[in-house]
Amino acid sequence: MMTMPLCVWPRHAAMRWMIGLTAFLALSGCGANWGWYVVNPATASGYANLKFMLSGLVYTIQLSATAIAISVVVGLLVALPGLSGNIWARRASRTYVEVVRAVPILVLILWVYYGLPQVTGWTIGVFWAGVIALALSDSAFQAEIFRAGIQSIARGQYEAAYSVSLGYRDTMRYVILPQAIRRILPALGNQLVYMLKMSSLVSVIGMQELTRKANELVVSEYRPLEIYTILVLEYLVLILIVSAGVRWLERRLRVDERS
Amino acid sequence: MHSSAPVIAFKAVSKHFDDFQVLKDINLEVGAGERIVICGPSGSGKSTLIRCINGLETYGAGDLRVNDLRVEAANLTAVRRRVGMVFQQFNLFPHLTVLDNLMLGPIRGRGMGQGEARAIALRYLERVRIPEQAEKYPRQLSGGQQQRVAIARSLCMEPQIMLFDEPTSALDPEMITEVLDVMAELAQTGMTMIVVTHEMGFARRVADRMVFMDYGEIVEVAPPETFFTAPKSQRAQDFLQKILNH
Ligand SMILES: Nc1ncnc2c1ncn2[C@@H]1O[C@H](COP(=O)(O)OP(=O)(O)OP(=O)(O)O)[C@@H](O)[C@H]1O
Ligand SMILES: [Mg+2]
Repeated sequence: MMTMPLCVWPRHAAMRWMIGLTAFLALSGCGANWGWYVVNPATASGYANLKFMLSGLVYTIQLSATAIAISVVVGLLVALPGLSGNIWARRASRTYVEVVRAVPILVLILWVYYGLPQVTGWTIGVFWAGVIALALSDSAFQAEIFRAGIQSIARGQYEAAYSVSLGYRDTMRYVILPQAIRRILPALGNQLVYMLKMSSLVSVIGMQELTRKANELVVSEYRPLEIYTILVLEYLVLILIVSAGVRWLERRLRVDERS
Repeated sequence: MHSSAPVIAFKAVSKHFDDFQVLKDINLEVGAGERIVICGPSGSGKSTLIRCINGLETYGAGDLRVNDLRVEAANLTAVRRRVGMVFQQFNLFPHLTVLDNLMLGPIRGRGMGQGEARAIALRYLERVRIPEQAEKYPRQLSGGQQQRVAIARSLCMEPQIMLFDEPTSALDPEMITEVLDVMAELAQTGMTMIVVTHEMGFARRVADRMVFMDYGEIVEVAPPETFFTAPKSQRAQDFLQKILNH
């Protein structure tokens, strides 16, 4: 195993930018036009405000994680018929992808929250409306990613699996998908990051995630510059951590096959 | 020659790719324990012919049976239980260790438990003489070792028939022998084998019958002594001239 060097100055470019930005903001906080007091953890009200903003984090994460888990499954279920020999199955898959991709996420969120309950008679809370809309929208992209990944696996792999008497399902499950998923992991990581960002749109229907919290604080404190800057940093940190996690997973899976 | 019923029987089998006919009226019976070597120019339909036997290719007309089981969609799993196949490109599963490559078929194809599958995998790994590579991944092995793993993977299904499609064509010259030796040993165990190869030395040593194909037809079937010394057809003579003079 590699030992991590204990370096203070990070190699990652985005991390450097972030440290630079934070330092700049901290220093410029002395300037007259800045009102950092609003989120200064040293004061009681600043601390309360920060805590309020950060309390949205858990919803942002829950929302994105649930949505991506669903969209991966739906995406796979849409991709598989798209690869079958049956032309109607392929057309159905194609149509789903085209239609879903054509709808803006914000519109989908509004439609699921305000429209879907009227159609179905169910009551759908903001959380699940957000999850459904994000998952639906993302599933079209996931389907395309899976399709490309599965298509990249050589025909010989299917033939070898079939020739040791595996059926279609076992062939996909034990031979094709494990290889395809390794290949599409970077793309899946991108989708997860995209999902974290798009989850901010769910604030429009009142979901108390990061963006909504920031909006509410701006209304009461009227310090948009400082509050939205903190919001930017929140997303930045979250996404850097997720990207690092995805890279770690990629490395681990690669090590599995080598060394 | 072989008194028992044929284990493989082609009766007037034909196949088209669109309007191109790859197999023309193929008639061939293979007896239990028989070793057949198929040769012929590139594009003559050798691969297509043997891939029909385990249903990797479909055929258009005629009748193809493995042990009286007609090779068709409904019977494919049963047919594939009896027929193993070794490919030119090995086609090992790169994400699985050698041992897991060997155990997948027994577990998922034959419904064995882990322990039993492991025992059988180790046994056949021994048979192809690389038991020490069990925990490695395919890419860590040489081409010759990979092909021997692929042979062992098929043998773990304990098939009745083994098909080989140019098993040494993708190998460096110094690794060809180790693979052919394993195949020759297998032939001595009484396995029914159909081998597509241009290794004429191997064919002479091992084959009961040579099958020569050209333009989708079986042009000549003869014991190796006859085939190599006195081929009947002009096409076989031309072909042998070409490959033996290299
Ligand atoms: N999927 C396909 N679609 C169309 N034509 C094909 C297909 N597969 C094979 N063919 C054609 O069928 C003919 C026979 O192919 P096949 O692979 O059986 O020949 P082969 O004797 O194994 O040749 P080689 O020695 O090069 O492996 C070739 O002309 C090939 O181009
Ligand atoms: Mg071929």
